[in-house]
Parts: sequence; structure tokens; C-alpha cells
Amino acid sequence: MNPGWTFSVAFALAGAMSVPVHAATIQVTIDKLVYTPAEVTAKVGDTIEWINKDILAHTATAKAGDKWNVVIAPAKTGRLVLKQAGTVDYFCQYHPNMKGRIVVTP
Amino acid sequence: MLVKFSAGVIALFLLSGNAFAQGAAKLTDPQIAHIAYTAGVLDIEAGKQALAKSKNKEVRAFAENMVRDHSAVNDQALALVKKLNVTPADNDTSRSLTKQAAAKRAELAKLKGAAFDKAYVANEVAYHKTVNGALETLLIPSASNAELKSLLQTGLKIFQGHQQHAEHIASTLK
Repeated sequence: MNPGWTFSVAFALAGAMSVPVHAATIQVTIDKLVYTPAEVTAKVGDTIEWINKDILAHTATAKAGDKWNVVIAPAKTGRLVLKQAGTVDYFCQYHPNMKGRIVVTP
Repeated sequence: MLVKFSAGVIALFLLSGNAFAQGAAKLTDPQIAHIAYTAGVLDIEAGKQALAKSKNKEVRAFAENMVRDHSAVNDQALALVKKLNVTPADNDTSRSLTKQAAAKRAELAKLKGAAFDKAYVANEVAYHKTVNGALETLLIPSASNAELKSLLQTGLKIFQGHQQHAEHIASTLK
């Protein structure tokens, strides 16, 4: 193996790993058209994971802020890395009755 | 599962105009599966008609939801009847629902623009109300198979959401 290549890969990995040290993953389950827990608290850089247990497609769509929109296929998981601090109310575009909230701290 | 046809399920519905008017005979699982599937297909057709005719953004989004969700539920229903080796049995309730939906579709076909949107959404409210009522009081209690019952209960939860969504849009169209 080319030692230069190995070195540059190792360097790139170390560089990538040094950024989000404390990032956590917070899970929200979607079951029978309900987000559980309905409200979660997270930090900028954390990942929200929506686990869709329904047979339907859902979305998690922010009402304000940077207006993210995550589409979560049936029996799949959708992910979002939080980039902005603030309280974000979100809903499902397909089922507007479904409501959730993420409190993002800096 | 043994497919058993009970003859003359519902005799009164033609007079009353309600496809779910209860008759004496208990519905069998193959009939219940057929009714639930048919109700879904009819709402998918209504949604497709709305997508062909409406220019209202909210109405179109709702119609897309109906096509998407009812297709997903019906796919599950098909998978379940296959797994259970059940052949959905056509019956008077399914036929009555189909006939009423065809009449409504013809009526809506004559309307345009805002008049169509209003009539489509009003019918979606009424249709989901009828189907949800039937699921709650007739189809779910009559279902014998636990998996079929569970799918119907999931369907009810989904369709109650549709009804509320339709009611919300109806209130904005006034």
C-alpha cells in the first residue's frame, strides 16, 4: 500500500472526527401518527432521529427557523443535524395533526 | 381461513342510502376486508379526480395525501389477506359504496374551480365520517381475525386524521 495514501486518509479521518465531539443522537418514535416524545431538548450539532413505525410516509417539517423538512418513509428512520439554537415547532406535512417540538440550546 | 358467504348481508341500505345500514347477518372477515379495501380504492379515485381538476394548493396537497395514505393502507391489506389466505368477498355494502361513489364522481365532474374544491372537500368530510363510523361500530367489532382487526384500527386512526384535515380545509374554503 502506498504510505502517502494511508497517511492522507488517516489525516482526513482525524480531521473529520475532531469536529462534533459531544454530539448526541436523540430519538423520536412515530407510531400511529404520534411523535413520542412530543418535545425533546437538544444542542446545536446533535442529531434528531425519527423512527417511523407506521405504514405511512411522514415528514418532520419545521414551522420556523431554518425551515428544515425531513421525509420519513414507512418503517424507516429520518435524520437531521440541528444547526440553529431556538425552539422549533414542527409538524407532518401529510398529517397536519401531528405536532412536535425541539428545544435547541447553543 | 374458510371463506364463508353470508347471503343478503344488508337489505335496507338501498332504501336508506347508507351503505353501512346494518342488516341481520354478521359480516365475515373476507367481506370486511373487501369493504375496507373498496372504501380505500374509492377515496384514491376521488383524490385522482381532484388532482386532475383542482388548482387549489391545499386541496391538491390533501388529495395527494389521500392517494398516498389509502394506497399504503390498501397495500398492507392486500399483504394481509395474502398471508391469511383469504379471498376478499364482494358484497352488498361494497357494491353500494361503489355505486354511491360513482354518482358523486359524476356530480363532481360537472363542477369547476372553487365550486369543485368545496364540493370535493365537503364530500371527503362526509365520506370519512361515514367510513370511520362504520369502522368503529361495525367493521372493527365484527372482525374475527386479530391482525385484520388491528389493521382496521390503524386505518381508523389514520382516517380520523384525514377527516380532521378535511374539516380544517373545508373551514378555510368558506
